[in-house]
Amino acid sequence: MASRRHELRRYRWQVRDSGQLLLIAAAGVWLVAAVAQTAAEGLRDPRIAVAFGALIAFGEVLRLNLPGDRETAPIGFAGALAYALLIKVGTHVVQHPAEQVVTVATIGMIIGALPHLAVGRPARVSGMAARLLCIACVAYIFRPLAGNSALDRNWGLAFTLMTSLALLALLLEAVLTALLRVDEQKARFRVALVDEMRVQLPLGAAVGASALLIAFAAEVMGLYSLAVFTAPLLVTQVAFRRYAGIRATYLQTVRALAKVTEIGGYVEAGHSERVSRLAVAIGRELGIHEPQLLELEYAALMHDIGQLSLHDPIPGGATVLVSRQDQQRIAELGADVIQQAQVLGSVAEIVRRQNEPYRDTESAANGHVASVPPSGRRPGPPLSSRIIKAANAFDDLVGSSLDPGRAAAAVQRLRLDTASEYDPATVEALSRVVNRRSLLL
Amino acid sequence: MGKLSRVALIYIGAVAVAAAVLVARGPFTGLKWQYVVFLGILVIVSESRATQLRKGQLSWSSSSAAMLASVVLAGPVGAAIVGACTAMGLRRGPSILQRVFNTAMYALSAYLAGRAFIALGGHVGLPNENSFPDIIAPFAGAALIHVAANHGLLSGVLWLTRNPDRPPAGSLGVGLSARLLLSDLGYAAYGLLMAALWTVVSFAAPLLTLIPLFVARWAIAQFAEQQKAYEATVGALCQAVETKDFYTRGHSDRVSRGSVMIAREIGMRGERVEAIRYAGMLHDVGKLGVPTKVLQKTGKLTEEEYAAIQLHPMRGLDIVREIGFLDEALAGIMHHHERIDGRGYPMGLAGDEIPEFARVLAVADAFDSMTSNRSYRGARPVTQAIEELRKWSGTQFDPAFVDAFVAALKREGWPRPEPPVLASDDLPAVTAQDHDDPGAPLRVIDSL
Repeated sequence: MASRRHELRRYRWQVRDSGQLLLIAAAGVWLVAAVAQTAAEGLRDPRIAVAFGALIAFGEVLRLNLPGDRETAPIGFAGALAYALLIKVGTHVVQHPAEQVVTVATIGMIIGALPHLAVGRPARVSGMAARLLCIACVAYIFRPLAGNSALDRNWGLAFTLMTSLALLALLLEAVLTALLRVDEQKARFRVALVDEMRVQLPLGAAVGASALLIAFAAEVMGLYSLAVFTAPLLVTQVAFRRYAGIRATYLQTVRALAKVTEIGGYVEAGHSERVSRLAVAIGRELGIHEPQLLELEYAALMHDIGQLSLHDPIPGGATVLVSRQDQQRIAELGADVIQQAQVLGSVAEIVRRQNEPYRDTESAANGHVASVPPSGRRPGPPLSSRIIKAANAFDDLVGSSLDPGRAAAAVQRLRLDTASEYDPATVEALSRVVNRRSLLL
Repeated sequence: MGKLSRVALIYIGAVAVAAAVLVARGPFTGLKWQYVVFLGILVIVSESRATQLRKGQLSWSSSSAAMLASVVLAGPVGAAIVGACTAMGLRRGPSILQRVFNTAMYALSAYLAGRAFIALGGHVGLPNENSFPDIIAPFAGAALIHVAANHGLLSGVLWLTRNPDRPPAGSLGVGLSARLLLSDLGYAAYGLLMAALWTVVSFAAPLLTLIPLFVARWAIAQFAEQQKAYEATVGALCQAVETKDFYTRGHSDRVSRGSVMIAREIGMRGERVEAIRYAGMLHDVGKLGVPTKVLQKTGKLTEEEYAAIQLHPMRGLDIVREIGFLDEALAGIMHHHERIDGRGYPMGLAGDEIPEFARVLAVADAFDSMTSNRSYRGARPVTQAIEELRKWSGTQFDPAFVDAFVAALKREGWPRPEPPVLASDDLPAVTAQDHDDPGAPLRVIDSL
């Protein structure tokens, strides 16, 4: 068993980190060249370099975890971006080359990462490498232009150029992060990019604006602009931290409370957690976006909560084996519970319709579904409900077993039912997820 | 707001008159109208959608940065006019009186900030490279005065119009306002940035400075929304757990309320009060791990059955362990059936060994059990339950928390739980003995 686990880890390391390694290598090569160049030419304006380096290090210490396990360093990124876009400090025209920007940013990031390492948190090198590449791109485009007198005369031109470069940096960071996530989670690139931009947009706007603010304000305030601007961005970051914190607690709580059905003996141990993980993987495979993915996860975790209202637990909790009417009752009861929270309207709907067959013909004829609207055919269940139906059935058949043969047989059984019961596309996605998982074993 | 007392009306009138007189006195000569107009528009825009913070009428918006910028660019009178632009905010909701007060408050505090800026040696007008760092001290002074005047005037009106039936939320309110004060000061720094940047990028400066402010506000709003959603979800799930036994419906909610009353009474910090609120809601989730037939048994319990009941705090801990609550909340859930004399369960801790949260929960838990209906008895009146708490104070309960609870009950009262109504399709699933009830301890068959 031990050797098997060892193999598993090695395989994952090989698969998962290929993109990260590539990114880190690219940043590393660039970095070595930049540091060598800077060392050879000497540091220009060392006082300014130290001030910005310190700001970057400070920002790196105060990293921020956004929802969806995204680590960012808003203050550090803004500081580095501002250093790349700096034209004047007071009346003094700064002339540091792009290599120096890369060097200062790197040293700042490394110093800022040390406290994280000291308390045993991962350094997250890939995130740092992505940030560094963005900074480097902006620096190599802008530094040669910075001394141009046209920028000094015409504030509109400087403003437009710097704004577009800040946007470029943010866009590039989103693309790189999305690529890493595609690699890590087997998401689709287009979906991952849209999700990334949606999550990063608000904070990214604040970071970009703050970077421009420091760079421009340095002209009148000198290096005081760093201190003056950091306070407000700090407040923004605190607000985001609290937001991310409550999001995380929310998910943990739903996960924990979903376990009450297990402790109450209604379902097999680990059932809701497994179904939710499988459902999210299927959802990702089908290209569902993150907000809906979160709803799917909540619904999958709570899909059996209605069983709490039953007086006698179903033996083994395998809902696939009980009558459709009972299944429907459990779903309705569960949806009623979730409905009471008022905020999870669509989650309640997903749970309510988790047992509906993919094609309604048979059950409508038998009169199982009571609430058929008078206007005629009821639209099929939402995709999330179809996913939960398939994931739930799969887990009822396979349970916590890791046997690939058993999993394949379960997928086969679901496939036979795709004519009416299960959504064929969902079952195919499930099959791909399961195959990938058994490959890892 | 409802009907206001005469004192409150006089107060609002005084603030409004003071603001009007100061603005009217001028001087208007040499006033840079281009700044006043642009920043005034900015204030109107940001006032049109202010963030409503959770629990309270306090609303904050990014306009204070624009007002502080006008302190530097246009001086006290200009700042007061910019401040008065709040009147034209397009936001619906505030009554006329609220609007008058807000306008006067902002005009007055902006004017005072402008005076402070000049008094501390600041020069009104476009800052240049020579203005720094000398401008920082006067500006910081102005920002402090602005925030202090705002909060002072606002808390004055909140105090005068407070609802006497509902006392303010003790430590939580203070925590909120301290945090608000700090974030206001943080945003105030943007006022200086706006003024300084005007020399470099002209009118793009305030637009640029506003972006981070809007983002921060967005994040705060998101946080408030998530928190509301979170509370609703926890409440709904707790209720789901309780559906097993209709006699205990609402129990978690009430224990949570009682624990919060005790926590506030003894002056716990806001963060811990929040934690104990959730601990109260979740304290009995472990009961699901106890077979229903044991919970509903009428006769004496066997040793084994009693052991199953004694296990429920541990089961509860198993469920909530992974939630990122304060560890104190977890300890409270695990030990809420310990007794001061050491004869409780699951660990038999005594006295101060029992975590503070658990001692608080124990009092609220027993009290709610006694004041609600049970199948074997009706609800007891509050006075009788207090007597009972006093009787067990020192053996089962921590006397300090019993006293705190009694004091809080005297002040705030206790809503009578609605008697459970039998739904027509509800099977009479009934707890025959309540493990929480100190007056009727569980009867266990003595082992031989």
